[in-house]
Amino acid sequence: MRARVSHDAASIAVGGLAVARALREADVQVLRVGSRGLFWLEPLIEIETPSGWQAFGPVTATGVPSILEAVNGGASHPLAFGDIEEHPFLKRQTRLTFARCGIIDPASLDEYALSGGLEGLKRAIEIGPEKIREEIAASGLRGRGGAGFPAGIKWNSAALASGTQKYVVCNADEGDSGTYADRMLMEGDPFLLIEGMITAGIAIGATYGYVYIRSEYPHALAAMRRAVDVGREHGLLGDSVLGSRYAFDLAIREGAGSYVCGEETALLDSLEGKRGQVRAKPPLPVHVGLFGKPTIINNVLTFAAAPTILAKSGAFYQNFGMGRSRGTMPIQLAGDIKYGGLFETAFGPTLGELVNDIGGGTRSGRPIRAVQVGGPLGAYFPATLFDTPFDYEAFTARDGLIGHGGIVVFNDTVDMAHQARFAMEFCALESCGKCTPCRIGSVRGMEVIDRLLAEPDSGAQVALLKDLCDVMKSGSLCALGGFVPYPVMSALQHFPEDFHSRC
Amino acid sequence: MTGKPVAPRDSWNETRAQKIIAAHLAVPGGLLPALHALQADFGWIPKPAIALLAHQFNLSRAEVFGTVSFYHDFRLEGPAGRHVLKLCRAEACQSVGGEKLAAAMKQHLKLNWNETSADGAWTLEPVFCLGLCASGPSAMIDGEPIARLDSDKLTAILAEVGR
Repeated sequence: MRARVSHDAASIAVGGLAVARALREADVQVLRVGSRGLFWLEPLIEIETPSGWQAFGPVTATGVPSILEAVNGGASHPLAFGDIEEHPFLKRQTRLTFARCGIIDPASLDEYALSGGLEGLKRAIEIGPEKIREEIAASGLRGRGGAGFPAGIKWNSAALASGTQKYVVCNADEGDSGTYADRMLMEGDPFLLIEGMITAGIAIGATYGYVYIRSEYPHALAAMRRAVDVGREHGLLGDSVLGSRYAFDLAIREGAGSYVCGEETALLDSLEGKRGQVRAKPPLPVHVGLFGKPTIINNVLTFAAAPTILAKSGAFYQNFGMGRSRGTMPIQLAGDIKYGGLFETAFGPTLGELVNDIGGGTRSGRPIRAVQVGGPLGAYFPATLFDTPFDYEAFTARDGLIGHGGIVVFNDTVDMAHQARFAMEFCALESCGKCTPCRIGSVRGMEVIDRLLAEPDSGAQVALLKDLCDVMKSGSLCALGGFVPYPVMSALQHFPEDFHSRC
Repeated sequence: MTGKPVAPRDSWNETRAQKIIAAHLAVPGGLLPALHALQADFGWIPKPAIALLAHQFNLSRAEVFGTVSFYHDFRLEGPAGRHVLKLCRAEACQSVGGEKLAAAMKQHLKLNWNETSADGAWTLEPVFCLGLCASGPSAMIDGEPIARLDSDKLTAILAEVGR
């Protein structure tokens, strides 16, 4: 008997390894896979039966015998879900990027290739750099890290930049709370990212790449290192990619606990072995990037979208989505939510649909008070804004951002003034220190909010806080100081009743 | 779960440190990987390592110290305790009681953030997101992730690991 067992960090964190052990002890062959992304069902296992793969979750090690008994006896089981692909949470998704996650062995290049992997790269090798860039541009793919910059334009600029040595850098410093898609993909389908980066390398004329992974993700680091080794052994990476005339290799680099290193220029400095300080732009990294050479930096999900676009065409990918947000977005439901997990869908569903219909409301059963979208630098939205469609421009129009696609749900016990203060505290802690609005402003911001909560008449402090946010927004060098006004101002605007003296 | 001891920690050994650093000199931007390797071996970045790194990488001591002190991961004050508990303080864990859990653990271990217990058993550190945001509150003990925590569950795990 064979069973797929999720070895994603989120499954291991709730006893996944003990479940795998219990299955092995019962003579079940354990197939190591990533996560399907239905985290409330982790540890999730799928057992192969004559009538297909049958899913069970959340499984405990002590519960394994009863599951095996039910499977052998053809009986029902309270944790049984049948074919997991028929589960409404998965059925409603459009999985282009996460199609393989939770199904294949992440360390097996064979399984990757047998399930449609490398098709995009083979076509990329066939059509060459210029046509690759045309496909990417035609797909309408925008940077999935948060800024939403068109990937086609970035890749073209780097291709046209002069210089013989160019670099492809993957930003896997996924520090935003509420996001885990990069981690899940690197642990569950690392070859997809590698294929995307090789494709980018061919497209811009780069032969070397780096993946910068945060140290808080030891399992993703291990999975990527293993995949790179396997890739080299099988000729996916090296002097001749899949026997072609293109060379490409890459190195995995570990971050060191700095949030600001997720900012692209700070990441470059960190890769160069320096303090992770933000660089002033211009020059843009596509012209003067890593070690001073033309460099494209993209998020994990941006590179991971490329193989699908190449395999199925830019027009195919462009068909999904709304407005100027094309393709699919792996949305991450997190926080106090009943059905928390990864929901990949074409852009367009409303925030309310995502949180209530798909997410099932809160896990605690309490009413939702606020939802933070886009990480610690994203705005807090009240339920009155739940009609906002998940789209870059629609969120911008309401003074918010979709960022890396994380949605954190808060129930009615949340103190929004406390959340605003935390945003400032986090900014103060993680500021690289290069520009004054961020370095000093964040500390002053904490002080202003503290005074506002301590003194009876707060009119002057509110005015001061708004003024400070204005300075930080327009005067900061990067998105850390520049965006921290989003959570602060949205909390103040939508939840003014929380901003009063506590004395 | 069983916690494996963190890094092997030893007294300073210049020859060994030199060897570790030398292995990273040819790596582009090798200072960060060298620091990770040093910390993995010694459990922290001892003071003499700064001068040694500066010498071998041909940098100023100020540049090396500036880099080491910039990153939360590198320990300049001494090695961590036998076990390290990293508790997530970020928003997704806050929304499911992370702050209450942190307060309870501080009281239980009688430690504040970034402190090590007098007997050297535990170090308590904050972490801002482990990517387990749908299963919070979450934490990491000696590099192993744990999630769906509450104060009772985590206290029991600490007792088991610390045994």
